[in-house]
Amino acid sequence: MAGLRQGRVIGPQIAVLWAYVIALSVSVLLSFTTGAAFRPGVIGALLIGVAVGLAAVQGLRGWALAGLAVALAIALGFTPVGVIRFGDGTGAGLKLLAGGLFGLSLGLPLSWMMAGCPAGALTRHEFEEAEIRFLTGFGYIFFTAIVAIPFYVMVMTSLKSQGELIANPLDFTIDLSQGWGLFRSYVELFRDFNFGSYLWTSFYVSVLTVLITLAFSIPGAYAIARLKFRGQKPMSRSILLIYMVPMIVLALPIYIAFSMLGLRNSILGIVMIYPVTTIPVSLYMLQGYFRGLPAEIEEAGLMDGLSRLKVIWKITLPLSLPALASVSLYVFMIAWNEFLLAFMLLDDPSRFTLTRGVAMLNSSEVPRQHLMAGAVIATVPVMALFLGLEKFMTRGLTAGSVKG
Amino acid sequence: MTAATPPKGRGPLARREARLAWGLLLPTLTAVMLVVILPLLAIFWISVKPVELSDLRAPAPVANEQMRGRPAEAGDEASWRFRLRNSSPEALITGVTLRDVVPDGFEIAELDPRCTIEGEILACDLGDFEGGARETIEIPGIVTQAYFDNDVDVDATEPALTGDADFVLTNFEFTWENFALLFDSRDFWTVIGATLFYTVFGTIGALVVGLFAALLLNREFRGQGLMRGFYLFPYVAPVIAVAFSWVILFDPFSGSVNALLVQMGVSDSAINFFGERPLALIMVTVFEIWRYFPLSFLFILARMQSIDTDMYEAADMDGASPFQKFRYLSLPQLMGILSVLFLLRFIWTFNKFDDIFLLTGGNAGTRTLTVNVYEQAFALSNIGAGAAVAVVIMLALLCFSWLFFRFMSQEEGL
Repeated sequence: MAGLRQGRVIGPQIAVLWAYVIALSVSVLLSFTTGAAFRPGVIGALLIGVAVGLAAVQGLRGWALAGLAVALAIALGFTPVGVIRFGDGTGAGLKLLAGGLFGLSLGLPLSWMMAGCPAGALTRHEFEEAEIRFLTGFGYIFFTAIVAIPFYVMVMTSLKSQGELIANPLDFTIDLSQGWGLFRSYVELFRDFNFGSYLWTSFYVSVLTVLITLAFSIPGAYAIARLKFRGQKPMSRSILLIYMVPMIVLALPIYIAFSMLGLRNSILGIVMIYPVTTIPVSLYMLQGYFRGLPAEIEEAGLMDGLSRLKVIWKITLPLSLPALASVSLYVFMIAWNEFLLAFMLLDDPSRFTLTRGVAMLNSSEVPRQHLMAGAVIATVPVMALFLGLEKFMTRGLTAGSVKG
Repeated sequence: MTAATPPKGRGPLARREARLAWGLLLPTLTAVMLVVILPLLAIFWISVKPVELSDLRAPAPVANEQMRGRPAEAGDEASWRFRLRNSSPEALITGVTLRDVVPDGFEIAELDPRCTIEGEILACDLGDFEGGARETIEIPGIVTQAYFDNDVDVDATEPALTGDADFVLTNFEFTWENFALLFDSRDFWTVIGATLFYTVFGTIGALVVGLFAALLLNREFRGQGLMRGFYLFPYVAPVIAVAFSWVILFDPFSGSVNALLVQMGVSDSAINFFGERPLALIMVTVFEIWRYFPLSFLFILARMQSIDTDMYEAADMDGASPFQKFRYLSLPQLMGILSVLFLLRFIWTFNKFDDIFLLTGGNAGTRTLTVNVYEQAFALSNIGAGAAVAVVIMLALLCFSWLFFRFMSQEEGL
């Protein structure tokens, strides 16, 4: 084992693996962006990896290493053992681009991975550092790819037409000369499928859900967190228990009850039922936050003659504004994304929420770019909100121990 | 003089505080009671009932009222007619009665023997209606000028009908057939198997992938916050959007992944990812991991960042290697959050419905218990059987929660 732990063995080993990872990523990236055919070559990766890896442990670093990798990749690109292999009729420009992209992404990270690795025997530290850096690089590529690809496909599909998609499923190039014509799926959704009204319905249902949830959970959370009464402990535990009831189990009796009461197909019914699914989450998040507030401030308020309710209103709530923001965002997100209840309780297309409207598009008669455009419309507002208020969101998620 | 002693028991202040607490909790408790506890009890009740989707409307008599004979001027003969039927083809309705206001300007010539006139009101006692029964009441008469003056419309007053019917959801007829059907069906063990596979691998997968992602981001660099936000996308986006994206991405005919696999020479022909056993089950599990790793990652990262760095410095002095530091320092510190996350995620994955429903609709061996509730109740229209599946889920959850609280009392934190 110690014999193998030599810079001149580990270096090429890591370089070959990294070369293959990069070749695969560059192929996928270029396939997805240009629509032309690319595939990684194992032999090419092996050749380049050994060469660049040996160069790296001999002390070649940074741009010099990257330059070597670029030169090798482009040269090999014109032979049958290229590290990235091209389909017939790929232009020289694309080959140069692929080679350059590959070389840079191979050389620069590799020189970071191999930093401080001599050609001779490695200590355990040096060896593990190199391995960890390789894994880190791989991790970034892996996670970025798995998160980005579905969203990329979603957006790009919504801008294409059914015929183009079937002709070449990998071709996500968009024809910019169409101008606004690019967005025709979106225009049709708003014009023919009533999406404007679904968007509005989803929006006000979510806002109402947030307001009702807060109205119920602020007093409840305060009582559990601050006031002493018999049954306080079991109460705070049973909140978690409610988390664990599956929605589908509740949805069945709710469907029956709503059928008999005539509340199906009504926004009123939806607004009545959504807050109940979010109250436990918000109760749990808020009581955690209230516990963390110093009780002395409230006691001072009590001493000065405020009643409990006044204390909540004038002291506790202003202090917990950040928590309220987190909870509101989180509840908004749950209500906006809710699908099961909307799907079961709403049948009338004039009263759909956005998620229910998108579900309606999933039929063989509706072209798929419409389905994806609907998905984008449902995703963009919640993403915008999330990115804008990411701090609140992540704090809310971690504080609330979260609902699946 | 008596010695001052601390007060015993609950004083008036404590009582007032408890009263206030219950007052503040009351709205929430009522809401939860109505929408959680009541439906849960209802599930147990329905699971022992022979009830189908079509039985949800209680059987009731239905009437259609008409003025026949086209009276054109005062003195014309006309006929006031009710056609009645039982809305249910099977159930018996007993003691059906009908009441309606006699139209203005209509003089009854001959009254049906089942009916009487009480002032302005026609009242009929129609006895019992068999399932699917139809009845007609025909009342001949003469219209007077008032009929035309007031432009009478017989539909203006709805006939009031009453009748007692046995409603399957409220009667005391019970059956074990739903459970018998459930346990006897060949699918049942397949369903249990799929549920276990999905739950166990989905949970462990999401934890491991989340741990890896947390290790990646547990370092200071520019754009770390942005990266963290980006990695949360799968969890924040609406399930319906990402599920359909996956379906389109993996489509056997025009999916990009299949095209990519063929182009790279991994596979000769297109693979039907969501339509083949056992691939479909693996795919929905992968989707579950993909969608929920952000959650584990967020929690693990938060815990990692709260670990004291002194410990690592000490380990560095002692010459611990990076893997050793992870294995002997970080991992034990993370064990608490990992086990709590495992239990929570296990239960929520077990409860998951939307994801599988949207991806495969429960076909190709991906029907888990929760999807089975929907399948039985709505696809097969057997509400009772769906409720029976729900009862099985509840019992399983009861066991999990018991485990959960046993562990929770040991693990502080959440």
